[in-house]
Amino acid sequence: MELTLLLMLLPPLIGAALNGIFGRRFPQWLVSLVACGASGLAMLFALVSAWTYAHSALDPGPSIYSYFTWIQAGSLRADYALYYDRLTLVMTVTVTVVAFIIHMYSRGYMEHEGGYYRFFSYMNLFLFMMLTLVTAANYPLLFVGWEGVGLCSYLLIGFYFRRKSASDAGKKAFIVTRIGDAGFTVGVALLFWTFGSLDFGNVFPRIAGLHPGEHAGTLTAIGILIFLGAVGKSAQLPLYVWLPDAMEGPTPVSALIHAATMVTAGVYLVARSNALYAHAPLALEIVGIVGGLTAFYAATIAVAQNDLKRLLAYSTISQLGYMFVGCGVGVFAAGIFHLMTHAFFKSLLFLAAGSVMHALSGEIDMRKMGGLRHKMPVTHATFLIATLAISGVPMFSGFFSKDEILAGAYAGPLGHPWLYWLATLTAGLTAFYMFRAVCMTFWGKSRLAPETEPHVHESGSKMTVPLAVLAFFSVVAGYVSWPKPWRGSEAFDRYLDPVFAPSEEFLRSASIERGSQLGAGALMTLAAIAAFIGILIAVWLYWKSTEVPERLAERFSGLHQVLVRKYYVDEIYDWLIVQPLRIGSEKLLWQSVDAGAIDGTLVNGTGEATAGAGGILRRIQSGNLRSYAAWILLGTVLWLVYVLIRS
Amino acid sequence: MVPLSHYLALSVILFVLGAAGFVFRRSVITIFMCIELMLNAVNLAFMAFSRFLGNLDGQLFVFFVIVVAAAEAAVGLALIIALYRNRESLNIEDLDSMKM
Repeated sequence: MELTLLLMLLPPLIGAALNGIFGRRFPQWLVSLVACGASGLAMLFALVSAWTYAHSALDPGPSIYSYFTWIQAGSLRADYALYYDRLTLVMTVTVTVVAFIIHMYSRGYMEHEGGYYRFFSYMNLFLFMMLTLVTAANYPLLFVGWEGVGLCSYLLIGFYFRRKSASDAGKKAFIVTRIGDAGFTVGVALLFWTFGSLDFGNVFPRIAGLHPGEHAGTLTAIGILIFLGAVGKSAQLPLYVWLPDAMEGPTPVSALIHAATMVTAGVYLVARSNALYAHAPLALEIVGIVGGLTAFYAATIAVAQNDLKRLLAYSTISQLGYMFVGCGVGVFAAGIFHLMTHAFFKSLLFLAAGSVMHALSGEIDMRKMGGLRHKMPVTHATFLIATLAISGVPMFSGFFSKDEILAGAYAGPLGHPWLYWLATLTAGLTAFYMFRAVCMTFWGKSRLAPETEPHVHESGSKMTVPLAVLAFFSVVAGYVSWPKPWRGSEAFDRYLDPVFAPSEEFLRSASIERGSQLGAGALMTLAAIAAFIGILIAVWLYWKSTEVPERLAERFSGLHQVLVRKYYVDEIYDWLIVQPLRIGSEKLLWQSVDAGAIDGTLVNGTGEATAGAGGILRRIQSGNLRSYAAWILLGTVLWLVYVLIRS
Repeated sequence: MVPLSHYLALSVILFVLGAAGFVFRRSVITIFMCIELMLNAVNLAFMAFSRFLGNLDGQLFVFFVIVVAAAEAAVGLALIIALYRNRESLNIEDLDSMKM
């Protein structure tokens, strides 16, 4: 296993290096070969590792493989060590499969873009960092991966760096997530201070063995701080503002990084730390509440967006909120299940959107689309499948995963009924805005600009085949966990029991048993009904034309404007945080401190003082022999006096 | 017997006169003569001490001082001649090439 894990991690790193250093001189096919080959090898060895693990005695417990001592500083020791358990298996397989599909898609999408080699170098590097993140056996190494994916996100968002909006978006992403990272770092430091170690194999068993309430305050603080990192990386309230702007990057980037993998790192972090959160239920409740609020909030914004990619970005924020609800109410496996299904259908949505953009020469405003279903049948079909999945329509993958989360929100160890109703309402909204997108993009009459209309054609196979593969997974990925009300065994959740069950049991035993009025079957039906209502309203409003919604928007223009302008949060942040920082930096730190005090007083002042003193002392060297003689005499007399007085 | 203090007082007076002359006189030759005066004042002090302490070390030192003074005078006069040939003046205020 030690070998196969390394064989999984190394190809992307080597691919990134090869393409990064030599790629400029490679022909395009070689760049693709290196990058997709590296990604393919990673996927292959992820599957091999999974197979090896599953068929060995290592299953179901975690295995830790330590390769070398990385940090040894006082009592802190962190090795380059990899941690493999069933959760790692799920994550690595999901990440590598989706990454490989997206790499293959990008061959078509990026074919005519400049910087082809740079793109694939960054993508490979990202894959390496993400895999490091999910296989790390201690928090420092996880943080290396964490920061690494943040770096690649910055590089890829700002890929078209000559466009100011793109480079601004890259900076925004990195800076906003940095705020979360600060919390993460403090939380990890606190963890080390309390437990003396940062190894998962060391810390988690010890925390699990604590009595209820022992170290509660400290663990709650650690839990909240670590969650702060997740809030930044996974774009939850209030640190989500970077994700919509991140759509400046090429669409495969949005699919891979900002839908399927990097943004799910926060969810993984919380899930991996489940032992810690089980003993800090207050922190976990905060996770769930933040997730639920974010899910609803982002869905309301998505309803009013006309930019297809932005809509999908807000949808991602909303779905990530769902995942945190899953973890936050104590059904971690459901959160991870939704992470997996979401990876498939959300990346499919983005790639299909990319296909549309490609055909329309970069148009992304849905108001200028329409009627594309006949001209782009494959894109339309796959997008529709993904939409059905995300809307939670029964028999598609999203239905199963979303439903488990809703059930947990209602009846889970830390569930609250109000959270369930909020999440269900959000599900209705999700179905609504997604079908609105389908109607505006693919159905109804064409609103295309006259110049683009004749050129619209279905994308080539390099793009459509990956779409089809993802569509397949968007349907079947849900079947791994057949619901209990339908006499299923929820196999996926049971599979992850060795990772989560102790924590879930602990939470259940510590919480109050609430009688629930609604049974699991009723909950599932309600969720499906919410989805159907959303779909019906969307189709009724948007199918034929956008006339009715436009009149509605005019009548409720106040509310509509608020939603379109995203609750003015960007403006608020700018006024509250960005401008004060900028002005403070400029007026205070730059002009007063740096130019005035340091440059002026310290540096120049010292120079001028020295020059001034020198100017005065210089006069002794007058060149006048008589004054020299006088000085010598004076000095002699003074010295004599001194000697006499001393004796 | 003339008391020691008289000799020392004379020595001091001669020395101060030499020093004052060294500082205030303008001609280079006069300055050299003042240097000699200072040296001789010191010689006088040494001799006086030697007599009154009954120790010959003082007189031995005087020998050295005289020899050094003579050598120094020779070198100094050679310098003065070279200076005069170049500057046409023996006024110390005219030797000011090192001034700013």
